[in-house]
Amino acid sequence: MQNLKALSYDLRKNVIDMIVEGKGGHIGGDMSVMDILVELYFEQMNISPENMDDPDRDRFVMSKGHSVEALYAVLAAKGFFPIEQVIKEFSKFGSKFIGHPNNKLPGIEMNSGSLGHGLPVCVGMALAGKMDERDYRVYTVMGDGELAEGSVWEGVMAAHQYKLDNLCAVVDRNRLQISGCTEDVMAHDSQEERWSSFGWHVISINGNDYKELKAAFDEAKTVKGAPTVIIANTVKGCGSSIMENKAGWHHKVPNAEEYAQIMKDLEAGKEAALHE
Amino acid sequence: MNKIPNRQAICEVLMEKAKEDKDIVVLCSDSRGSASLAPFANEYPKQFVEVGIAEQNLVSIAAGLAKCGKKPFAASPACFLSTRSYEQAKVDCAYSNTNVTLIGISGGISYGALGMSHHSAQDIAAMSAIPNMRVYLPSDRFQTAKLIEALLKDEKPAYIRVGRNPVEDVYTEESCPFEMDKATAITEGTDAAIIACGEMVGPAVKAAELLKAEGINAAVVDMYCVKPLDKEAIVKAAGNARLVVTAEEHAPFGGLGSMVSQVVARECPRKVVNLALPDAPVITGTSREVFDYYGLNADGIAKTIKENL
Repeated sequence: MQNLKALSYDLRKNVIDMIVEGKGGHIGGDMSVMDILVELYFEQMNISPENMDDPDRDRFVMSKGHSVEALYAVLAAKGFFPIEQVIKEFSKFGSKFIGHPNNKLPGIEMNSGSLGHGLPVCVGMALAGKMDERDYRVYTVMGDGELAEGSVWEGVMAAHQYKLDNLCAVVDRNRLQISGCTEDVMAHDSQEERWSSFGWHVISINGNDYKELKAAFDEAKTVKGAPTVIIANTVKGCGSSIMENKAGWHHKVPNAEEYAQIMKDLEAGKEAALHE
Repeated sequence: MNKIPNRQAICEVLMEKAKEDKDIVVLCSDSRGSASLAPFANEYPKQFVEVGIAEQNLVSIAAGLAKCGKKPFAASPACFLSTRSYEQAKVDCAYSNTNVTLIGISGGISYGALGMSHHSAQDIAAMSAIPNMRVYLPSDRFQTAKLIEALLKDEKPAYIRVGRNPVEDVYTEESCPFEMDKATAITEGTDAAIIACGEMVGPAVKAAELLKAEGINAAVVDMYCVKPLDKEAIVKAAGNARLVVTAEEHAPFGGLGSMVSQVVARECPRKVVNLALPDAPVITGTSREVFDYYGLNADGIAKTIKENL
Protein backbone atom coordinates (compact mmCIF):
# COMPACT_ATOMS: atom_id res chain seq x y z
CA MET A 1 0.00 0.00 0.00
CA GLN A 2 1.22 3.45 -0.94
CA ASN A 3 2.56 5.62 1.87
CA LEU A 4 0.28 8.61 1.33
CA LYS A 5 1.92 10.71 4.00
CA ALA A 6 5.32 10.32 2.35
CA LEU A 7 3.75 11.06 -1.03
CA SER A 8 2.22 14.25 0.34
CA TYR A 9 5.68 15.60 1.19
CA ASP A 10 6.87 15.00 -2.36
CA LEU A 11 3.80 16.74 -3.70
CA ARG A 12 4.39 19.66 -1.34
CA LYS A 13 7.87 19.95 -2.84
CA ASN A 14 6.28 20.09 -6.31
CA VAL A 15 4.08 22.92 -5.10
CA ILE A 16 7.05 24.87 -3.76
CA ASP A 17 8.83 24.49 -7.10
CA MET A 18 5.71 25.63 -8.96
CA ILE A 19 5.39 28.72 -6.82
CA VAL A 20 9.07 29.63 -7.02
CA GLU A 21 9.10 29.13 -10.81
CA GLY A 22 5.79 30.93 -11.33
CA LYS A 23 6.69 33.65 -8.83
CA GLY A 24 3.34 33.42 -7.07
CA GLY A 25 0.79 31.10 -5.53
CA HIS A 26 -1.18 30.39 -2.37
CA ILE A 27 1.49 28.47 -0.57
CA GLY A 28 0.05 28.30 2.96
CA GLY A 29 -3.31 26.86 1.95
CA ASP A 30 -1.65 24.46 -0.49
CA MET A 31 0.28 22.96 2.40
CA SER A 32 -2.74 22.69 4.71
CA VAL A 33 -5.06 21.12 2.12
CA MET A 34 -2.57 18.65 0.64
CA ASP A 35 -3.41 15.69 2.87
CA ILE A 36 -7.14 16.12 2.20
CA LEU A 37 -6.55 16.04 -1.56
CA VAL A 38 -4.14 13.09 -1.40
CA GLU A 39 -6.59 11.06 0.69
CA LEU A 40 -9.45 11.91 -1.70
CA TYR A 41 -7.60 11.19 -4.94
CA PHE A 42 -5.55 8.20 -3.80
CA GLU A 43 -7.91 6.49 -1.38
CA GLN A 44 -11.49 7.71 -1.72
CA MET A 45 -12.57 8.83 -5.18
CA ASN A 46 -12.81 6.77 -8.39
CA ILE A 47 -11.27 9.50 -10.54
CA SER A 48 -8.48 8.76 -12.99
CA PRO A 49 -7.38 9.89 -16.46
CA GLU A 50 -9.04 6.76 -17.83
CA ASN A 51 -12.54 7.31 -16.44
CA MET A 52 -13.22 11.01 -16.95
CA ASP A 53 -16.01 10.23 -19.41
CA ASP A 54 -17.59 7.62 -17.16
CA PRO A 55 -20.94 8.96 -15.88
CA ASP A 56 -20.43 6.93 -12.70
CA ARG A 57 -17.12 8.57 -11.76
CA ASP A 58 -17.04 10.53 -8.52
CA ARG A 59 -17.12 14.31 -8.90
CA PHE A 60 -14.77 16.80 -7.26
CA VAL A 61 -14.89 20.60 -7.22
CA MET A 62 -12.01 22.58 -5.73
CA SER A 63 -14.05 25.37 -4.20
CA LYS A 64 -10.98 26.97 -2.60
CA GLY A 65 -9.61 27.38 -6.09
CA HIS A 66 -6.63 29.44 -4.96
CA SER A 67 -5.04 26.23 -3.70
CA VAL A 68 -4.81 25.07 -7.30
CA GLU A 69 -1.07 24.38 -6.98
CA ALA A 70 -1.82 21.54 -4.55
CA LEU A 71 -4.49 20.24 -6.93
CA TYR A 72 -2.07 20.37 -9.88
CA ALA A 73 0.50 18.37 -7.94
CA VAL A 74 -2.09 15.72 -7.04
CA LEU A 75 -3.55 15.54 -10.56
CA ALA A 76 -0.05 15.20 -12.00
CA ALA A 77 0.67 12.37 -9.57
CA LYS A 78 -2.56 10.73 -10.77
CA GLY A 79 -1.24 10.91 -14.34
CA PHE A 80 -3.40 13.70 -15.76
CA PHE A 81 -0.35 15.69 -16.93
CA PRO A 82 3.42 15.67 -16.31
CA ILE A 83 4.52 17.52 -13.18
CA GLU A 84 7.59 18.83 -15.02
CA GLN A 85 5.28 20.65 -17.43
CA VAL A 86 3.28 22.21 -14.59
CA ILE A 87 6.39 23.43 -12.78
CA LYS A 88 7.82 24.88 -15.98
CA GLU A 89 4.64 26.57 -17.20
CA PHE A 90 2.68 27.52 -14.06
CA SER A 91 1.48 31.14 -14.30
CA LYS A 92 3.71 31.84 -17.30
CA PHE A 93 2.51 33.81 -20.33
CA GLY A 94 -0.09 31.84 -22.29
CA SER A 95 0.03 28.88 -19.89
CA LYS A 96 -2.88 26.49 -19.39
CA PHE A 97 -1.76 26.11 -15.78
CA ILE A 98 -3.29 29.30 -14.42
CA GLY A 99 -3.72 30.37 -10.82
CA HIS A 100 -7.16 28.80 -10.37
CA PRO A 101 -8.74 25.56 -11.62
CA ASN A 102 -9.80 25.56 -15.26
CA ASN A 103 -11.71 22.76 -16.93
CA LYS A 104 -9.80 23.07 -20.16
CA LEU A 105 -7.25 20.93 -18.29
CA PRO A 106 -7.88 17.20 -17.96
CA GLY A 107 -9.16 16.13 -14.57
CA ILE A 108 -10.84 19.41 -13.68
CA GLU A 109 -14.65 19.47 -13.80
CA MET A 110 -15.47 23.08 -12.99
CA ASN A 111 -13.69 26.40 -13.10
CA SER A 112 -13.42 28.07 -9.73
CA GLY A 113 -11.57 30.91 -8.11
CA SER A 114 -14.38 33.04 -6.79
CA LEU A 115 -15.22 31.61 -3.38
CA GLY A 116 -18.62 30.29 -2.39
CA HIS A 117 -19.40 28.57 -5.69
CA GLY A 118 -18.18 25.02 -5.19
CA LEU A 119 -20.74 23.75 -2.71
CA PRO A 120 -23.82 25.02 -4.63
CA VAL A 121 -22.41 23.53 -7.86
CA CYS A 122 -21.88 20.23 -6.04
CA VAL A 123 -25.50 20.34 -4.88
CA GLY A 124 -26.46 20.31 -8.57
CA MET A 125 -24.08 17.44 -9.29
CA ALA A 126 -25.41 15.43 -6.36
CA LEU A 127 -29.02 16.13 -7.39
CA ALA A 128 -28.24 14.86 -10.89
CA GLY A 129 -26.85 11.68 -9.35
CA LYS A 130 -30.05 11.17 -7.37
CA MET A 131 -32.24 11.87 -10.42
CA ASP A 132 -30.35 9.31 -12.49
CA GLU A 133 -30.05 6.84 -9.59
CA ARG A 134 -26.29 6.70 -9.97
CA ASP A 135 -24.16 5.95 -6.96
CA TYR A 136 -21.26 8.30 -7.58
CA ARG A 137 -20.28 10.62 -4.76
CA VAL A 138 -19.64 14.35 -4.94
CA TYR A 139 -16.87 16.08 -3.02
CA THR A 140 -15.83 19.67 -2.55
CA VAL A 141 -13.11 21.32 -0.48
CA MET A 142 -13.66 24.80 0.88
CA GLY A 143 -11.51 27.14 2.89
CA ASP A 144 -12.64 28.29 6.32
CA GLY A 145 -12.38 31.95 5.35
CA GLU A 146 -14.66 31.07 2.41
CA LEU A 147 -17.47 30.27 4.81
CA ALA A 148 -18.16 34.00 5.16
CA GLU A 149 -19.62 33.89 1.64
CA GLY A 150 -23.42 33.82 1.90
CA SER A 151 -23.80 31.59 -1.15
CA VAL A 152 -22.17 28.73 0.80
CA TRP A 153 -25.12 28.69 3.14
CA GLU A 154 -27.64 28.72 0.30
CA GLY A 155 -26.01 25.48 -0.84
CA VAL A 156 -25.94 24.13 2.71
CA MET A 157 -29.71 24.64 2.98
CA ALA A 158 -30.44 23.03 -0.39
CA ALA A 159 -28.24 19.97 0.31
CA HIS A 160 -30.24 19.38 3.50
CA GLN A 161 -33.58 20.00 1.77
CA TYR A 162 -32.81 17.39 -0.88
CA LYS A 163 -31.20 14.93 1.60
CA LEU A 164 -28.03 14.70 -0.47
CA ASP A 165 -26.22 11.89 1.32
CA ASN A 166 -24.06 11.49 -1.81
CA LEU A 167 -22.47 14.88 -1.07
CA CYS A 168 -19.48 15.39 1.20
CA ALA A 169 -18.01 18.83 1.84
CA VAL A 170 -14.64 19.33 3.47
CA VAL A 171 -13.64 22.52 5.24
CA ASP A 172 -9.88 23.11 5.30
CA ARG A 173 -9.99 24.66 8.75
CA ASN A 174 -6.51 26.18 8.94
CA ARG A 175 -7.77 29.19 10.90
CA LEU A 176 -5.84 31.77 8.90
CA GLN A 177 -6.81 34.02 6.00
CA ILE A 178 -5.07 36.92 4.25
CA SER A 179 -5.82 39.45 6.98
CA GLY A 180 -5.00 37.17 9.88
CA CYS A 181 -6.80 34.76 12.18
CA THR A 182 -10.24 33.73 10.88
CA GLU A 183 -11.70 34.30 14.30
CA ASP A 184 -10.58 37.93 14.25
CA VAL A 185 -11.72 38.57 10.66
CA MET A 186 -15.14 36.90 10.95
CA ALA A 187 -15.61 34.46 13.76
CA HIS A 188 -16.51 30.88 12.80
CA ASP A 189 -16.71 29.04 16.09
CA SER A 190 -18.36 26.70 16.39
CA GLN A 191 -18.45 25.31 12.87
CA GLU A 192 -19.65 21.96 14.17
CA GLU A 193 -22.77 23.51 15.71
CA ARG A 194 -23.48 25.68 12.69
CA TRP A 195 -23.45 22.85 10.15
CA SER A 196 -25.26 20.52 12.49
CA SER A 197 -28.07 23.04 12.98
CA PHE A 198 -28.51 23.10 9.20
CA GLY A 199 -29.16 19.36 9.23
CA TRP A 200 -25.73 18.13 8.12
CA HIS A 201 -23.84 15.18 9.53
CA VAL A 202 -20.68 16.70 11.00
CA ILE A 203 -17.30 15.01 11.52
CA SER A 204 -14.48 16.99 13.06
CA ILE A 205 -10.94 15.69 12.61
CA ASN A 206 -7.26 16.47 12.36
CA GLY A 207 -7.13 17.16 8.63
CA ASN A 208 -3.43 16.43 8.34
CA ASP A 209 -3.79 12.91 9.76
CA TYR A 210 -4.44 10.13 7.26
CA LYS A 211 -6.03 7.74 9.74
CA GLU A 212 -8.55 10.37 10.76
CA LEU A 213 -9.15 11.46 7.16
CA LYS A 214 -9.84 7.90 6.02
CA ALA A 215 -12.14 7.19 8.94
CA ALA A 216 -14.08 10.40 8.29
CA PHE A 217 -14.60 9.78 4.57
CA ASP A 218 -15.53 6.17 5.25
CA GLU A 219 -18.07 7.28 7.87
CA ALA A 220 -19.55 9.82 5.45
CA LYS A 221 -20.31 7.02 3.00
CA THR A 222 -22.47 5.27 5.59
CA VAL A 223 -24.65 8.29 6.38
CA LYS A 224 -28.17 8.09 4.92
CA GLY A 225 -30.52 10.99 4.24
CA ALA A 226 -28.15 13.84 5.04
CA PRO A 227 -25.04 15.42 3.54
CA THR A 228 -21.78 15.23 5.46
CA VAL A 229 -19.29 17.94 6.25
CA ILE A 230 -15.81 17.11 7.45
CA ILE A 231 -14.31 19.92 9.47
CA ALA A 232 -10.67 19.20 8.74
CA ASN A 233 -8.61 21.05 11.32
CA THR A 234 -5.33 21.65 9.55
CA VAL A 235 -2.13 23.62 9.90
CA LYS A 236 -1.58 26.38 7.39
CA GLY A 237 1.86 25.97 5.88
CA CYS A 238 1.94 22.35 7.11
CA GLY A 239 5.30 20.69 6.54
CA SER A 240 7.76 23.46 7.23
CA SER A 241 8.40 25.14 10.56
CA ILE A 242 9.05 28.51 8.94
CA MET A 243 5.57 28.61 7.36
CA GLU A 244 3.35 26.80 9.83
CA ASN A 245 0.54 28.86 11.33
CA LYS A 246 1.82 32.12 9.92
CA ALA A 247 -0.72 34.29 8.02
CA GLY A 248 2.12 35.97 6.16
CA TRP A 249 2.61 32.76 4.19
CA HIS A 250 -0.88 32.95 2.61
CA HIS A 251 0.66 33.79 -0.75
CA LYS A 252 4.31 34.51 -0.08
CA VAL A 253 7.01 33.34 -2.50
CA PRO A 254 10.00 31.88 -0.64
CA ASN A 255 13.45 33.44 -1.20
CA ALA A 256 16.48 31.22 -1.80
CA GLU A 257 17.23 30.78 1.87
CA GLU A 258 13.62 30.04 2.75
CA TYR A 259 13.35 27.66 -0.20
CA ALA A 260 16.31 25.64 1.05
CA GLN A 261 14.87 25.44 4.55
CA ILE A 262 11.37 24.47 3.36
CA MET A 263 12.73 21.73 1.08
CA LYS A 264 14.91 20.42 3.92
CA ASP A 265 11.90 20.34 6.26
CA LEU A 266 9.75 18.58 3.66
CA GLU A 267 12.44 15.97 3.01
CA ALA A 268 12.73 15.37 6.73
CA GLY A 269 8.96 15.00 6.93
CA LYS A 270 9.03 12.46 4.14
CA GLU A 271 11.83 10.48 5.80
CA ALA A 272 9.93 10.40 9.06
CA ALA A 273 6.76 9.28 7.26
CA LEU A 274 8.65 6.44 5.58
CA HIS A 275 9.88 5.20 8.94
CA GLU A 276 6.62 5.53 10.88
CA MET B 1 -55.32 40.43 -28.64
CA ASN B 2 -52.98 37.60 -27.63
CA LYS B 3 -53.34 36.55 -24.00
CA ILE B 4 -50.39 34.15 -23.79
CA PRO B 5 -47.23 35.70 -22.33
CA ASN B 6 -43.88 34.55 -23.70
CA ARG B 7 -43.05 32.88 -20.37
CA GLN B 8 -46.05 30.59 -20.84
CA ALA B 9 -44.84 29.70 -24.33
CA ILE B 10 -41.55 28.58 -22.74
CA CYS B 11 -43.39 26.31 -20.30
CA GLU B 12 -45.47 24.77 -23.08
CA VAL B 13 -42.39 23.85 -25.14
CA LEU B 14 -40.55 22.45 -22.13
CA MET B 15 -43.56 20.34 -21.11
CA GLU B 16 -43.89 18.95 -24.60
CA LYS B 17 -40.17 18.13 -24.88
CA ALA B 18 -39.96 16.72 -21.34
CA LYS B 19 -42.32 13.92 -22.37
CA GLU B 20 -39.43 12.35 -24.26
CA ASP B 21 -36.40 13.97 -22.65
CA LYS B 22 -35.90 13.13 -18.99
CA ASP B 23 -32.76 15.26 -18.83
CA ILE B 24 -34.74 18.52 -19.08
CA VAL B 25 -34.77 20.06 -15.61
CA VAL B 26 -36.53 23.27 -14.61
CA LEU B 27 -35.27 25.23 -11.60
CA CYS B 28 -37.09 28.10 -9.88
CA SER B 29 -36.30 30.35 -6.93
CA ASP B 30 -39.78 30.61 -5.41
CA SER B 31 -40.72 31.85 -8.86
CA ARG B 32 -42.64 28.97 -10.46
CA GLY B 33 -45.86 30.97 -10.52
CA SER B 34 -44.43 34.17 -11.91
CA ALA B 35 -42.41 32.15 -14.42
CA SER B 36 -45.60 30.31 -15.55
CA LEU B 37 -43.72 27.09 -14.76
CA ALA B 38 -46.09 25.69 -12.12
CA PRO B 39 -47.68 23.34 -14.71
CA PHE B 40 -44.23 21.89 -15.42
CA ALA B 41 -43.56 21.45 -11.70
CA ASN B 42 -46.88 19.66 -11.27
CA GLU B 43 -46.50 17.42 -14.31
CA TYR B 44 -42.80 16.61 -13.89
CA PRO B 45 -41.98 16.89 -10.16
CA LYS B 46 -38.86 14.73 -10.57
CA GLN B 47 -37.53 17.13 -13.20
CA PHE B 48 -38.24 20.24 -11.18
CA VAL B 49 -35.93 21.77 -8.56
CA GLU B 50 -37.11 24.44 -6.14
CA VAL B 51 -34.24 26.31 -4.49
CA GLY B 52 -36.21 28.89 -2.52
CA ILE B 53 -35.35 32.57 -2.61
CA ALA B 54 -31.69 32.01 -3.45
CA GLU B 55 -30.79 33.14 -6.95
CA GLN B 56 -27.05 32.50 -6.58
CA ASN B 57 -27.80 28.92 -5.57
CA LEU B 58 -30.30 28.63 -8.45
CA VAL B 59 -27.62 29.28 -11.05
CA SER B 60 -24.83 27.25 -9.42
CA ILE B 61 -27.09 24.22 -8.92
CA ALA B 62 -28.17 24.49 -12.55
CA ALA B 63 -24.49 24.48 -13.58
CA GLY B 64 -23.80 21.39 -11.46
CA LEU B 65 -26.79 19.60 -13.00
CA ALA B 66 -25.61 20.54 -16.48
CA LYS B 67 -22.12 19.26 -15.76
CA CYS B 68 -23.67 15.87 -15.01
CA GLY B 69 -25.63 15.68 -18.26
CA LYS B 70 -28.85 17.48 -17.40
CA LYS B 71 -30.40 20.27 -19.51
CA PRO B 72 -31.33 22.85 -16.90
CA PHE B 73 -33.58 25.86 -17.46
CA ALA B 74 -33.26 28.23 -14.49
CA ALA B 75 -36.03 30.81 -14.26
CA SER B 76 -36.13 33.81 -11.98
CA PRO B 77 -37.09 37.47 -12.31
CA ALA B 78 -34.60 39.05 -14.71
CA CYS B 79 -33.79 41.80 -12.20
CA PHE B 80 -32.40 39.27 -9.71
CA LEU B 81 -31.07 36.71 -12.17
CA SER B 82 -28.96 39.24 -14.04
CA THR B 83 -27.48 40.99 -11.02
CA ARG B 84 -27.81 38.93 -7.81
CA SER B 85 -26.48 35.83 -9.55
CA TYR B 86 -24.32 37.63 -12.09
CA GLU B 87 -21.12 36.05 -10.84
CA GLN B 88 -22.62 32.56 -10.94
CA ALA B 89 -23.71 33.24 -14.54
CA LYS B 90 -20.20 34.40 -15.34
CA VAL B 91 -18.17 31.69 -13.56
CA ASP B 92 -20.39 28.61 -13.30
CA CYS B 93 -22.23 28.96 -16.62
CA ALA B 94 -20.16 30.96 -19.10
CA TYR B 95 -16.60 30.35 -17.86
CA SER B 96 -17.13 26.68 -17.04
CA ASN B 97 -19.13 26.35 -20.28
CA THR B 98 -22.11 24.51 -18.83
CA ASN B 99 -25.34 23.84 -20.73
CA VAL B 100 -27.50 26.18 -18.65
CA THR B 101 -30.33 28.29 -20.02
CA LEU B 102 -31.07 31.24 -17.78
CA ILE B 103 -34.60 32.56 -18.20
CA GLY B 104 -35.03 36.12 -16.99
CA ILE B 105 -38.76 36.55 -16.50
CA SER B 106 -40.67 39.82 -15.99
CA GLY B 107 -37.73 41.52 -17.68
CA GLY B 108 -37.14 45.17 -18.41
CA ILE B 109 -39.77 47.28 -16.70
CA SER B 110 -42.45 44.56 -16.59
CA TYR B 111 -42.79 45.17 -12.87
CA GLY B 112 -43.50 48.80 -13.72
CA ALA B 113 -44.75 50.15 -10.41
CA LEU B 114 -42.48 48.06 -8.17
CA GLY B 115 -39.48 50.31 -8.53
CA MET B 116 -35.91 50.05 -9.71
CA SER B 117 -35.10 47.03 -7.53
CA HIS B 118 -37.47 45.05 -9.74
CA HIS B 119 -36.44 46.47 -13.11
CA SER B 120 -33.82 44.81 -15.28
CA ALA B 121 -32.78 47.63 -17.57
CA GLN B 122 -29.14 46.54 -17.44
CA ASP B 123 -29.34 42.85 -18.22
CA ILE B 124 -28.42 43.05 -21.92
CA ALA B 125 -25.28 45.02 -21.10
CA ALA B 126 -24.35 42.83 -18.15
CA MET B 127 -24.91 39.45 -19.76
CA SER B 128 -23.49 40.44 -23.15
CA ALA B 129 -20.21 41.51 -21.54
CA ILE B 130 -19.54 37.94 -20.37
CA PRO B 131 -17.50 35.86 -22.83
CA ASN B 132 -19.37 32.71 -23.93
CA MET B 133 -22.76 33.99 -22.73
CA ARG B 134 -25.45 34.34 -25.39
CA VAL B 135 -28.30 36.82 -24.99
CA TYR B 136 -31.77 36.51 -26.54
CA LEU B 137 -34.83 38.75 -26.33
CA PRO B 138 -37.60 37.07 -28.33
CA SER B 139 -40.36 39.33 -29.60
CA ASP B 140 -43.48 37.17 -29.35
CA ARG B 141 -44.76 33.80 -28.18
CA PHE B 142 -44.16 32.04 -31.50
CA GLN B 143 -40.56 33.16 -31.74
CA THR B 144 -40.05 32.33 -28.05
CA ALA B 145 -41.16 28.75 -28.68
CA LYS B 146 -38.83 28.40 -31.65
CA LEU B 147 -35.94 29.80 -29.63
CA ILE B 148 -36.45 27.30 -26.80
CA GLU B 149 -36.59 24.44 -29.30
CA ALA B 150 -33.32 25.67 -30.84
CA LEU B 151 -31.63 26.03 -27.44
CA LEU B 152 -32.51 22.43 -26.60
CA LYS B 153 -30.39 21.36 -29.55
CA ASP B 154 -27.09 22.81 -28.34
CA GLU B 155 -25.05 22.56 -25.16
CA LYS B 156 -23.93 26.13 -24.51
CA PRO B 157 -25.01 28.66 -21.89
CA ALA B 158 -27.59 31.30 -22.75
CA TYR B 159 -29.62 34.07 -21.15
CA ILE B 160 -33.16 34.76 -22.35
CA ARG B 161 -35.22 37.76 -21.29
CA VAL B 162 -39.00 37.72 -21.57
CA GLY B 163 -41.58 40.16 -20.24
CA ARG B 164 -44.36 39.52 -17.78
CA ASN B 165 -47.36 40.53 -19.85
CA PRO B 166 -48.70 39.04 -23.07
CA VAL B 167 -47.46 40.96 -26.08
CA GLU B 168 -49.22 41.33 -29.40
CA ASP B 169 -48.20 38.70 -31.90
CA VAL B 170 -45.56 39.75 -34.39
CA TYR B 171 -45.75 36.44 -36.23
CA THR B 172 -48.36 33.72 -36.64
CA GLU B 173 -48.36 30.04 -35.84
CA GLU B 174 -48.10 29.32 -39.56
CA SER B 175 -45.54 31.99 -40.35
CA CYS B 176 -42.72 32.55 -37.91
CA PRO B 177 -39.48 32.52 -39.86
CA PHE B 178 -36.68 31.52 -37.52
CA GLU B 179 -33.04 30.75 -37.98
CA MET B 180 -30.88 30.44 -34.89
CA ASP B 181 -28.66 33.48 -34.36
CA LYS B 182 -30.00 35.18 -37.49
CA ALA B 183 -32.19 38.25 -37.14
CA THR B 184 -35.57 38.24 -38.86
CA ALA B 185 -36.06 40.94 -41.50
CA ILE B 186 -39.76 41.70 -41.13
CA THR B 187 -40.06 44.50 -43.68
CA GLU B 188 -37.70 46.07 -46.21
CA GLY B 189 -37.22 49.81 -46.59
CA THR B 190 -34.78 52.33 -48.03
CA ASP B 191 -35.52 55.43 -45.95
CA ALA B 192 -34.92 54.15 -42.45
CA ALA B 193 -33.97 50.89 -40.73
CA ILE B 194 -35.54 50.11 -37.36
CA ILE B 195 -33.61 47.51 -35.42
CA ALA B 196 -35.44 46.32 -32.32
CA CYS B 197 -35.53 43.45 -29.85
CA GLY B 198 -38.00 41.94 -27.40
CA GLU B 199 -41.16 43.89 -26.72
CA MET B 200 -40.06 46.77 -28.96
CA VAL B 201 -40.40 44.72 -32.15
CA GLY B 202 -44.20 44.97 -32.18
CA PRO B 203 -44.18 48.80 -31.93
CA ALA B 204 -41.42 48.91 -34.58
CA VAL B 205 -43.62 47.01 -37.04
CA LYS B 206 -46.53 49.39 -36.31
CA ALA B 207 -44.26 52.41 -36.71
CA ALA B 208 -43.25 51.16 -40.15
CA GLU B 209 -46.93 50.88 -41.08
CA LEU B 210 -47.61 54.45 -39.87
CA LEU B 211 -44.64 55.74 -41.86
CA LYS B 212 -45.64 53.85 -44.97
CA ALA B 213 -48.93 55.73 -45.01
CA GLU B 214 -46.87 58.90 -45.15
CA GLY B 215 -44.66 57.64 -47.96
CA ILE B 216 -41.66 56.72 -45.79
CA ASN B 217 -40.28 53.23 -46.22
CA ALA B 218 -38.75 51.70 -43.10
CA ALA B 219 -37.09 48.32 -42.78
CA VAL B 220 -37.79 46.45 -39.55
CA VAL B 221 -35.26 43.98 -38.18
CA ASP B 222 -36.16 41.71 -35.26
CA MET B 223 -32.78 41.34 -33.54
CA TYR B 224 -33.90 38.71 -31.03
CA CYS B 225 -30.29 37.46 -30.99
CA VAL B 226 -28.60 40.36 -29.26
CA LYS B 227 -25.54 38.18 -28.74
CA PRO B 228 -24.25 36.79 -31.00
CA LEU B 229 -25.40 39.90 -32.82
CA ASP B 230 -26.37 39.33 -36.45
CA LYS B 231 -24.01 41.92 -37.93
CA GLU B 232 -24.80 40.88 -41.49
CA ALA B 233 -28.48 41.73 -41.01
CA ILE B 234 -27.55 45.12 -39.54
CA VAL B 235 -25.26 45.99 -42.44
CA LYS B 236 -27.86 44.85 -44.95
CA ALA B 237 -30.69 46.90 -43.46
CA ALA B 238 -28.59 49.94 -42.51
CA GLY B 239 -26.68 49.92 -45.78
CA ASN B 240 -29.92 50.36 -47.69
CA ALA B 241 -31.24 53.17 -45.48
CA ARG B 242 -30.42 56.80 -44.73
CA LEU B 243 -31.14 56.53 -41.02
CA VAL B 244 -30.95 53.78 -38.41
CA VAL B 245 -33.16 53.78 -35.30
CA THR B 246 -32.77 51.22 -32.53
CA ALA B 247 -35.49 50.48 -29.99
CA GLU B 248 -35.06 48.52 -26.79
CA GLU B 249 -36.43 48.17 -23.28
CA HIS B 250 -33.05 48.79 -21.68
CA ALA B 251 -30.77 51.46 -20.27
CA PRO B 252 -29.19 53.70 -22.92
CA PHE B 253 -25.74 52.15 -22.46
CA GLY B 254 -24.41 48.75 -23.44
CA GLY B 255 -27.60 47.43 -24.97
CA LEU B 256 -28.80 46.81 -28.51
CA GLY B 257 -28.40 50.47 -29.46
CA SER B 258 -24.77 50.55 -28.43
CA MET B 259 -24.00 47.34 -30.28
CA VAL B 260 -25.78 48.37 -33.48
CA SER B 261 -24.02 51.75 -33.37
CA GLN B 262 -20.64 50.01 -33.18
CA VAL B 263 -21.41 47.93 -36.25
CA VAL B 264 -22.90 50.77 -38.30
CA ALA B 265 -20.05 53.15 -37.44
CA ARG B 266 -17.51 50.62 -38.67
CA GLU B 267 -19.27 49.02 -41.60
CA CYS B 268 -21.64 51.60 -43.14
CA PRO B 269 -21.44 54.95 -41.33
CA ARG B 270 -24.71 56.88 -41.13
CA LYS B 271 -26.84 58.48 -38.45
CA VAL B 272 -28.02 56.15 -35.68
CA VAL B 273 -30.61 57.20 -33.09
CA ASN B 274 -31.03 54.99 -30.02
CA LEU B 275 -34.44 54.80 -28.36
CA ALA B 276 -34.14 53.35 -24.87
CA LEU B 277 -35.10 53.89 -21.26
CA PRO B 278 -33.43 56.81 -19.48
CA ASP B 279 -30.30 56.56 -17.33
CA ALA B 280 -32.49 57.04 -14.27
CA PRO B 281 -35.08 55.16 -12.23
CA VAL B 282 -38.08 55.02 -14.56
CA ILE B 283 -41.39 56.73 -13.87
CA THR B 284 -44.02 54.70 -11.99
CA GLY B 285 -46.67 53.00 -14.08
CA THR B 286 -47.69 49.97 -16.08
CA SER B 287 -45.37 48.83 -18.88
CA ARG B 288 -47.60 50.52 -21.42
CA GLU B 289 -47.71 53.79 -19.47
CA VAL B 290 -43.95 53.80 -19.01
CA PHE B 291 -43.29 52.98 -22.68
CA ASP B 292 -45.68 55.74 -23.79
CA TYR B 293 -44.07 58.27 -21.46
CA TYR B 294 -40.61 57.66 -22.94
CA GLY B 295 -41.77 57.38 -26.54
CA LEU B 296 -41.02 53.65 -26.70
CA ASN B 297 -44.09 53.00 -28.85
CA ALA B 298 -45.10 53.09 -32.53
CA ASP B 299 -45.80 56.83 -32.48
CA GLY B 300 -42.51 57.57 -30.74
CA ILE B 301 -40.47 55.49 -33.17
CA ALA B 302 -42.25 57.01 -36.20
CA LYS B 303 -41.79 60.55 -34.81
CA THR B 304 -38.09 59.94 -34.21
CA ILE B 305 -37.63 58.78 -37.78
CA LYS B 306 -39.47 61.76 -39.26
CA GLU B 307 -37.48 64.21 -37.13
CA ASN B 308 -34.15 62.70 -38.14
CA LEU B 309 -34.60 61.93 -41.82
